[in-house]
Amino acid sequence: MADPLVEARDLMRRFASGGGLLTRPRTMLAVRGVSLQIARGEVLGVVGESGCGKSTLARLMLRLIEPSAGSVHFDGAEVTRLAPRALRRLRRRMAMVFQDPYSSLDPRFTLADVLAEPFAVQGERPAPGRIEALLAQVGLAAPMAAAYPHQLSGGQRQRAGIARALALSPDFIVLDEPTASLDVSIQAQIIGLLSDLRRDLGLTYLFISHDLGLVRYFCDRIVVMYLGAVVEVLPRPDAAPRHPYTSALMDSTFAPDPARRRTLTALAGEIPSPFDLPPGCAFAARCPRASDLCRRETPALSGDAHPTACHHPL
Amino acid sequence: MLLSVENLGVKIGAVQPLEGIGFALDRGEILGLVGESGSGKSLTALACMGLLGLIGGQRLGTVAFDGVVQDEAGLARLRGRKIALITQNPMTALDPVQRVGEQIAVVARLHLGTTPAAARARTLDLMTQLRIPEAAAVADSYPHQLSGGMKQRIVIAMALAGEPELIIADEPTTALDVTVQAQIVQILGQLVRQRGLGLVLITHDMGVVAQVCDRVAVLYAGRLAETREVGDLFSAPRHPYSAALIACIPREGMAPGSLTGIPGAVPSVALYPPGCRFHPRCPRADALCATTPPPQGAFACHHPLEVPHG
Repeated sequence: MADPLVEARDLMRRFASGGGLLTRPRTMLAVRGVSLQIARGEVLGVVGESGCGKSTLARLMLRLIEPSAGSVHFDGAEVTRLAPRALRRLRRRMAMVFQDPYSSLDPRFTLADVLAEPFAVQGERPAPGRIEALLAQVGLAAPMAAAYPHQLSGGQRQRAGIARALALSPDFIVLDEPTASLDVSIQAQIIGLLSDLRRDLGLTYLFISHDLGLVRYFCDRIVVMYLGAVVEVLPRPDAAPRHPYTSALMDSTFAPDPARRRTLTALAGEIPSPFDLPPGCAFAARCPRASDLCRRETPALSGDAHPTACHHPL
Repeated sequence: MLLSVENLGVKIGAVQPLEGIGFALDRGEILGLVGESGSGKSLTALACMGLLGLIGGQRLGTVAFDGVVQDEAGLARLRGRKIALITQNPMTALDPVQRVGEQIAVVARLHLGTTPAAARARTLDLMTQLRIPEAAAVADSYPHQLSGGMKQRIVIAMALAGEPELIIADEPTTALDVTVQAQIVQILGQLVRQRGLGLVLITHDMGVVAQVCDRVAVLYAGRLAETREVGDLFSAPRHPYSAALIACIPREGMAPGSLTGIPGAVPSVALYPPGCRFHPRCPRADALCATTPPPQGAFACHHPLEVPHG
């Protein structure tokens, strides 16, 4: 990809858990060597089940947490090496919308306070009328500026979270499951709003979700993660899957159509613990196509137009 | 009919969050209860199980089990034995300091009066039927040692341990990953068909409804909007609310920008509007809808959608 806006190179993130006087802490790799590029104006989806490392990846992309290895680049600058002051300047251009609008808004802040805070962090004050303009941009009425989060519905709270992300006019927004805690009716409203904002403001999104149907509707390309690693990058949202895990994810999604009922060839078993990953392909234990090779050697992501990390792709 | 509910309502103090709910369920059938949060799905479940006392509510209307109308004491006797509940969050449904096998076995001992040894055997048998690998080892685990999908299977095993005839499942797969959700939905469907159970499945996921339900009751703001066979509901919804809910699900080949959602939000009980409660959000609403509640029936709407030809 020529001149991507955002790029991750071989990102790794290790976490330690437990440990005490006599026991050593156990470590696990939440993100295992993820590389990806996001073009200007693109919506890149990241999909996977809980524990696949997608939220850790989201935080690494904005350097909200530090990588154990690897780097993140934003418009030519290496985000992961910037000094605090330069990082803060660059952060104007990137923002995040969190999954849970209940816990990501300070209960003692009015919406006006919430929306003024990004300016305060940059040592500025919002221009007159800016707060009202932000509220209008996300479909909230101007009097809402005086409201506290507990006075809002879930959908309104998530709109406030989006307005906060837009405050400093960023180029790039990471959306970490922005609709997972909302009703489908409200989810569809929020997705519609995000589409409009992207069109009107020329935004670039990294859209994290566990919902493959939603990702296929909303994204230009889709990264599929399993246990911390990328297993496939779908070059188009309607591309046929090549990795058996992506295929299983698609088969597990029920179409809203009773005429298309089927007996699911549901995956046996569940995601293994990231603390003791088996050698070879992490998906081998659940994969219908797995061979001895898969249990021995970790497959690398192929370098073609439809990258897939599988010894026996579909 | 295994369960028949007529004109069911709930009063809590001066407000009435639920009214006029009616449906019937036979053995071997799955009835879906759908609607947005705040539409009254869980309240309907509590009322059917005689659990309104927990929230200080009072039941209106009748609940009949196996043809016999039940009062609250009657429902209390049936609960756990003939009627079982599966809740949304397996974390809170399980005792964290008791081994999961014992939690299943105690249900069999309490409701069937079996010996401890027979209860243990029954527990392992149920766990195996729910495709829990190494059932004996899992039975001796504590809840925190198990994954979310495994815990939900334990909760289902607890519900089945008393050999119930009716199961009410309140969002049983909402907290689970999609691959695990698919397994659990499949297991529930098979249990109903093989054992001739009745299942009331509360969900907000229209994909799950389309996959397993026989009939669907759509709730909105404490009233029934539409009750239909599942195929009819999806191919020809008559209530604009049902159509809007179905249109909120992203489908393959959907044009960008076609997912628009339903404007506004479900009103809280203190703010239920007069007339049809959906009218402030409805594209078909007119002056009549704003003043007069629609007649009850298969679909409660003054201006139902046309049935498409063909």
